[in-house]
Amino acid sequence: MRRRELAGWAAVGIVLCTFAIPWFLWGDGTVIAGIPLWLWWHIGWMGLASVVFWLFASRAWGIGIETEPRSASSRDDRGGDRSATTAAGGDEA
Amino acid sequence: MTLAIQLGIIVGYLMLALVVGLVAYRVSERTAEDFYLASRTFGTIVLLFTTFATLLSAFTFFAGPNIAYHEGPEWVLVMGLMDGIIFAILWYVIGYKQWLLGQRYDYVTLGEMLGDRFASRELRGLVAGVSLLWLFPYVMLQQVGAGTALEALTEGAVPYAVGAGLITAFMILYVVVAGMRGIAWTDTLQGAFMLVTTWVAMIWVLAVVGGPGAATAALEAEAAHHLALGSDHYTVQWMLSTAIVIGFGVAMFPQVNQRFFAAGSRTVLKRSFTLWPILCVLLFVPAFMLGAWGRGLDVTVPEGGNVLPVILAEFTPVWFAALVIAGAMAAMMSSSDSMLLSGSSYFTRDLYRPFVDRTLTDRREDLLARVGVVIFATAAFGASLLNPATLFELGDAAFSGFAQLALPVLVALYWRKTTRAGITAGILASQLFYLASLFVPAVPGSYAGWTAGLVGMGIGLVVTVGASLLTSPAAEERRSIYFDELGAD
Repeated sequence: MRRRELAGWAAVGIVLCTFAIPWFLWGDGTVIAGIPLWLWWHIGWMGLASVVFWLFASRAWGIGIETEPRSASSRDDRGGDRSATTAAGGDEA
Repeated sequence: MTLAIQLGIIVGYLMLALVVGLVAYRVSERTAEDFYLASRTFGTIVLLFTTFATLLSAFTFFAGPNIAYHEGPEWVLVMGLMDGIIFAILWYVIGYKQWLLGQRYDYVTLGEMLGDRFASRELRGLVAGVSLLWLFPYVMLQQVGAGTALEALTEGAVPYAVGAGLITAFMILYVVVAGMRGIAWTDTLQGAFMLVTTWVAMIWVLAVVGGPGAATAALEAEAAHHLALGSDHYTVQWMLSTAIVIGFGVAMFPQVNQRFFAAGSRTVLKRSFTLWPILCVLLFVPAFMLGAWGRGLDVTVPEGGNVLPVILAEFTPVWFAALVIAGAMAAMMSSSDSMLLSGSSYFTRDLYRPFVDRTLTDRREDLLARVGVVIFATAAFGASLLNPATLFELGDAAFSGFAQLALPVLVALYWRKTTRAGITAGILASQLFYLASLFVPAVPGSYAGWTAGLVGMGIGLVVTVGASLLTSPAAEERRSIYFDELGAD
């Protein structure tokens, strides 16, 4: 269902925001190859974010915004509730 | 000799920009839409770099490395989260929706888009007025920065007022001639230039000091606590507040928000969105790590001075340091010219047109927009000479001020039940609260470590939703235009 897909992407967005800063390394000063470990994590995470954004752009772009399903993104759409889908679109922010 | 090289590079850059502007002028149409939005034709690289250069510019070269030098490199994380992820998500959530609406209804400004939906000239004027309130002092700060940098660079040979005045005059000439298309083209050159020079600078300095291992070891010896994540300065609340507030603020800054309307196609938006986190990390890591490493290197940074020029002067040849500083100055101007253009469009479209002359033709508006640029820039320059403390405070707080607009706008974009009274109350309440936190001593600027900017955003959200639930929509409101058949090709 389109609505479940939207909730899934919103959750992915929240996870991307949450771990951009590695909170679990708080107070840690480990240095690897001249760079703090927490910075390596961040660099890797931003790379991951870019890959996730690419997946989103190629598979789900338009979700929560476009109200007439487009062919590329509507394979799973079995007539989801249009107004409910759009109303929930702001969650991702 | 040094002075001649530095001035030569700056003048050379200005000439190059002017040539680009003239080329852009030749291909542009004489309409307001072309002047403001380059007729909505931007491709991926231009959109990506113009947003990038407009957004980051001088801050990346000066303030960012300074913070990393004094407080540690955690600033990379804050900027990465704010610009690389939160803003990227807003790029989709706000940007893509705005782009679709702009394609369909020809909107040029945020105020126009909201005014049309809520059938309210006053709301349109309010959004423009609030935006100009924050934008004007921010432009002034850029002029102050450019004037001061030029004075420092030439060791007083070019006094502040002359430097800032010359730069203002050049910007006016450039913006009036080139419009959005020329600005975006120079931004693209500049964004690529910034990226390359920052990497060269980092590699150069590291090569001289013996690699990142040696640089980090020196930093550890000088300030070991900078390597551990978190500090008294970088608290969890502060890092989150800053990243969230500025990330949302960026999306409402006129020159950034307006770029959402300027994309040439859906594909352009998709590609820019995907590349955004990579671009951010590519610039922030070298720029801020240079500042952070500078702390361990044997350089003397003058009180209140900028770190990066000092490091470059110590470890790289004169011409290269001058090139980077010239790039930073140019970057400062690239932000300002975009802001002038957007400020002028907010003024002509959302204040002059609806309130003074409703019958304005497109051709006349194009002319008036250029006059608006002259007035806006001259007034900001005049204000910078008077040095008023209030304006400085407003300029410094501009990102948070713009962030106050974000949630009421988001609610309106995604919730049909938003009413005119609701969004108006939400914008007014959050703006008043945030202004009070700056200027009324009784209203604190921090709440258990969370900033007033973040608290104000919460107030804006609650008031917008609450007042919308309590009021019913006005009869003329076009409640469905943000939802119906959007995206149908």
